[in-house]
Amino acid sequence: MAERISVDISRSDGAGAAPEPAPRTRNTCPVCNSHYREDEMVANLRVCTNCGHHFPVTARERIVQLADEGSFTEVARGLHSDDPLEFVDSKAYPDRLRAAERSTGLRDAAIAGSCSIGGTSTAIVVLDFSFLGGSMGSVVGEKFARAGDLAIEMRLPLVSVAASGGARMQEGVLALMQMAKTVALVDELRESGRPYVSVLVHPTTGGVAASFAALGDIIIAEPGALLSFSGPRVVKQTTREDLPDDFGLAESNYRHGHVDLIVPRPELRDAVARSLALLTGGQPYRPSVLVGDLDPVGALGRAVSGMRRRISDMNPFRNGDDGDD
Amino acid sequence: MATTERFRRLRRRGEGDAWHAVQLARHQDRPYTLDYLARMCDDFLELHGDRAEGDDPAVVAGIGSFRGQTVAFVGHQKGRDLKQRTHRNFGMPSPEGYRKAMRVFAIAARLGFPVVTLIDTPGAAPGVGAEERGQSGAIARSQLTLMGLRVPVVACVIGEGSSGGALAFGVADRVLMQQNAIYTVISPEGCAAILWKDAGEAKRAAAALRPTAEACLALGVVDAIVPEPSGGAHRDHAKAAELLGDAIQVELDVLASIPPQQRRAARRAKFRDMGAYVE
Repeated sequence: MAERISVDISRSDGAGAAPEPAPRTRNTCPVCNSHYREDEMVANLRVCTNCGHHFPVTARERIVQLADEGSFTEVARGLHSDDPLEFVDSKAYPDRLRAAERSTGLRDAAIAGSCSIGGTSTAIVVLDFSFLGGSMGSVVGEKFARAGDLAIEMRLPLVSVAASGGARMQEGVLALMQMAKTVALVDELRESGRPYVSVLVHPTTGGVAASFAALGDIIIAEPGALLSFSGPRVVKQTTREDLPDDFGLAESNYRHGHVDLIVPRPELRDAVARSLALLTGGQPYRPSVLVGDLDPVGALGRAVSGMRRRISDMNPFRNGDDGDD
Repeated sequence: MATTERFRRLRRRGEGDAWHAVQLARHQDRPYTLDYLARMCDDFLELHGDRAEGDDPAVVAGIGSFRGQTVAFVGHQKGRDLKQRTHRNFGMPSPEGYRKAMRVFAIAARLGFPVVTLIDTPGAAPGVGAEERGQSGAIARSQLTLMGLRVPVVACVIGEGSSGGALAFGVADRVLMQQNAIYTVISPEGCAAILWKDAGEAKRAAAALRPTAEACLALGVVDAIVPEPSGGAHRDHAKAAELLGDAIQVELDVLASIPPQQRRAARRAKFRDMGAYVE
């Protein structure tokens, strides 16, 4: 079955992790321990060229990876969260927000705007897991809504990239309502005949998995991503079930019919571009650079073709291709 | 007395109120969906199965005769004794439950009956099977189905309204909440386990989450609070059902006069406007 690629969220903060060999940085592959310089990481789209492990990608970098050069315009940039509940756990919520702002340079866990992808103009909203776990509070909900508005007003399709642990507890029941808020926008998009492509990356769980992210006309997942409503730890603790090795992973979701495609990151831009071109009835998208040539640091192409072999039996996207394999 | 002092301290922080509500909302004698339907409807025909996978006993769905009109009812269902609790999976729905609900929403839309949902769940069922059968997608689509209905929809939180498992039935033109019910993004225990790393801090988490009807009304998440008999709904099921029925009827009467397209747009706008952010 599918290979399990570091999906345990707890592992990244060290809690409950098996003892690891000492020096590890965020550029060390958690699967095969390959290490990369930062410029190599950027060039290989944060995919391990040795084993194909997909590292996390920030929202800004994701937009750079997906959008045509210079095409992105951000909207609602200044939105930031209020503290409706005056929520305090070990830290006050505003302090948590400020710390996250400082460490990420973002004001909240999403970036919204418009861009073109492979020549098709689109509205886009990208979540950022590094900002409080990509959790959806009022700002993420509103940014999704603004991106939806943009799609409806400009008659564009919508692309979302989800990476989120779920609803933001510190905003209480208002965070829960953001699920319904994004669903309201999807209802409006559908009524307006606007297509919607939902990209799911590691991890997409809880309230985000169970709202807009599940409602794309086309749902594309990155390999190895954890995509589930309840996380593996919760399921294990509450049900005492033995979890299958691929519990909640993109591959399992594909097998059970919950995602359309699993696409390795180096091919993601092409997959989204193709989907958008078809959904908007435009000219079929023809990639200017074949994926085999997209090999910035030599080994990425090999890593991707290895992954492609592993998922080829489940990825219909490859079949109609130009045979660039 | 140490206990009195501790209670005072809790009270000051609002913990007493929140925790009291949590306990009342979970009270084992509190009326559940079927208790209300038996008292509010002159006839109720429960329907079973999602026409794909199975029937989920954690969700009750069917068609009832409510004060002279046919209404589609959907609600979470808990059990009272151990056997019933297990049978109802503690009111935690599986994807089949949401799909059964959507089937009934569709019948209502086609035949022009209003929809009433009763919310009372600790959350959607966690589990390998539930995930494999599409728990996330079922919750999302249940919301989307309700969002797009051309008939009136009234939801009422009658006990525990916890997480996406509750919200799946919470998309409505008018959202009501019983006086001692709670509505929250996550159970206090779950929140405590994550943020305090200690499920024993549930009382503090409950206070921080502000799940009470009063707080939800202030936050604009619910439209009205439904009164309960003195001491709580568990004290007098008949009275509780009468009060709930009255509240539902008021809302249905108002909603019936609004044109369907306008109602749907207003429903969307209502959820669109929720949130607290600064531009």
